[in-house]
Amino acid sequence: MKWSRRVIKYMIEGLFTLSGGVTSLVILLIVVFLFKEGMGLFTNPAVEKGYALCVNAANPTGSLDARVVKQIFDGEITTWEEVSEGKMTGPIALFRFNEIFSRYTEEELGEDYALLSPRLQEVVAGTPGIIAFLPEEYLPPGQEVVKRLRAGNITPGSFFTGGEWQPTVAPAPRFGVLPLILGTIWVSLFAIVLALVPGLGVAIYLSELAGARARGWLKPTIELLAGIPSVVYGFFGLVVLVPFIQKLFSLPVGESALAGSVVLAIMALPTIITIAEDAIRGVPRALREASLALGATHWQTIYRVIIPHASSGITAAAVLGIGRAVGETMAVLMVTGNAAVMPRSLFEPVRTIPATIAAELGEAPAGGAHYQALFLLGCILFVITMVINLSAEFIASRGQGKGVGA
Amino acid sequence: MNRKMKQALAFATFRLLGVLVVGVLFSILGFIIYNGAGVINWKFLSASPEEGMSAGGIFPAIVGTLWLIAGSIAIAFPIGVMSGIYIHEYLGNRWIVKVIRVMTNNLGGIPSIVFGLFGMALFVHAFGFGDSILAGSFTLGLLVLPLIIRTTEEALKAIPDTYRAGSYALGAGKLQTIFRVTLPVALPNIITGLILSIGRVSGETAPILFTVAAYFLPRLPSGIFDQVMALPYHLYVIATSGTDIEASRPMAYGTALVLVMIVFMMNLLATVSRLRLGKKTKMD
Repeated sequence: MKWSRRVIKYMIEGLFTLSGGVTSLVILLIVVFLFKEGMGLFTNPAVEKGYALCVNAANPTGSLDARVVKQIFDGEITTWEEVSEGKMTGPIALFRFNEIFSRYTEEELGEDYALLSPRLQEVVAGTPGIIAFLPEEYLPPGQEVVKRLRAGNITPGSFFTGGEWQPTVAPAPRFGVLPLILGTIWVSLFAIVLALVPGLGVAIYLSELAGARARGWLKPTIELLAGIPSVVYGFFGLVVLVPFIQKLFSLPVGESALAGSVVLAIMALPTIITIAEDAIRGVPRALREASLALGATHWQTIYRVIIPHASSGITAAAVLGIGRAVGETMAVLMVTGNAAVMPRSLFEPVRTIPATIAAELGEAPAGGAHYQALFLLGCILFVITMVINLSAEFIASRGQGKGVGA
Repeated sequence: MNRKMKQALAFATFRLLGVLVVGVLFSILGFIIYNGAGVINWKFLSASPEEGMSAGGIFPAIVGTLWLIAGSIAIAFPIGVMSGIYIHEYLGNRWIVKVIRVMTNNLGGIPSIVFGLFGMALFVHAFGFGDSILAGSFTLGLLVLPLIIRTTEEALKAIPDTYRAGSYALGAGKLQTIFRVTLPVALPNIITGLILSIGRVSGETAPILFTVAAYFLPRLPSGIFDQVMALPYHLYVIATSGTDIEASRPMAYGTALVLVMIVFMMNLLATVSRLRLGKKTKMD
């Protein structure tokens, strides 16, 4: 062989080798990028970046919890007694940065707002009970009259166990993923409950009862339906299902967890049917014939012999169906109403993790806390689906060993 | 109740379920076709959206989707086929194959929105492609990679080892065997996988949301660094957030039908290619 041909051969085989590792590499990259961005969230201060909370220097309060800050700015907490364990008394005077423009005229603020900081200092120094939310660049000088509150970072605890998802409120945005995680599980689980029995029924019908002709066109049709884009299913849900549910249960809005579950169930059906049918057809002929030879009816054979034998494949089908439902984005986004609240019933709007990412990422400035929180949601979704897929694979592979002799 | 009756009852239930499920799935298709068929005409397919996307057509979205199909397939097809060849022809049955297969299956199971996030972080920001056809094509390409790898692997698996042995016996090397014997025989099934990937790429919305898709962009792209409109995203936009949702309903039905038609045609093509091309190189 000439050396030039040998070089080409090695180059081509090198390319093959590289391509062989590409999926592993992509998964690795996904993990690295998602987690790198997502973990950045916990380096963010609990108060919006670039801003600070200030109090009068006479105020002994050193730091405030993010939740308390929100309650203060929402007007739910109005006196210092409630937050400072008796060290500070009197009513809380809220001060937001833009209020400075109504307190002082333009001349008093100086040319190019040069006097802005001193004026802010006057305000803070003159009001003992003040809590001021100010941009860092205009932070008033003078440690002896103005004290900056220490704000801790966003903590994993507040992220994973927090019950409120309000990523854009000022001064302290709230990143609690519990409602989103529960919403995702709520919608997906109910979808599988809806889809499992019909899906299994169709799988049994296709593999045991349908004639060759019926099977011949049903099977490709069902595979075709698996290929219909999710946005089309979402659109169908939006124009047909949502108004129908609203009327049927006389709800204020039809966008609800139920609508999401029904659409997801319809979308999961082809997956469940195809995999369960494969599992049922994989049952060795000898088992079936032995059962029939013992005098069992076809139906007895199905539920005593075939279904138990195919159970791991059927379980895998259900698990993979859940996996598809958990990660489904567009259809859910279009029909569930997207209210980031704890799910309480099937008839209220909920919001899932994928829908949150799709709806909010476009508006979150790159690199900010909100952006990083959405990446962390992506990490959670990645981990959930990874666990689901791996367990489906494990369940399915456990069933493969079962032969006639076993 | 005797066992014959139980059987009759059970089977009747299954038949009913079968009819019910198929009925639901078909009524969805029927609904889209019934409402969309009246909208589709030459103008709808060849004009830009007008009057706040409630009139005109979807031409820019069709062109955008074609760009994305071409881009993502150009990226995923060669890599996927080479990967399939490497796994089946070079690794054979070693333990590493199991690892790679688990990885490939898992990549296929990752939700498309996660691909969107990843594509945005890597291609749009880290590589600096911006919102562009290039970034979108890479993201979609990675999404369909597992599908192409799997179909290639299956296609190669279906070829009897006698073909390879015969080639080696005639003195051909490994690469020659792959390019002259194995690949040509496997081609129909690989093409089937390719066509199915096209169907998949054309309908995905979540991965392109933050990597390429434009809300409204009537002019056509001039290069791979341009943003484009795309059919699935366009449907999402006019179904949920157009300026006049009610008025743009017909447009939405039409767009949905076009998407369904693409999937239909791709499945039909895949079946045809499997049958037609398969006949020429019949193996047993």
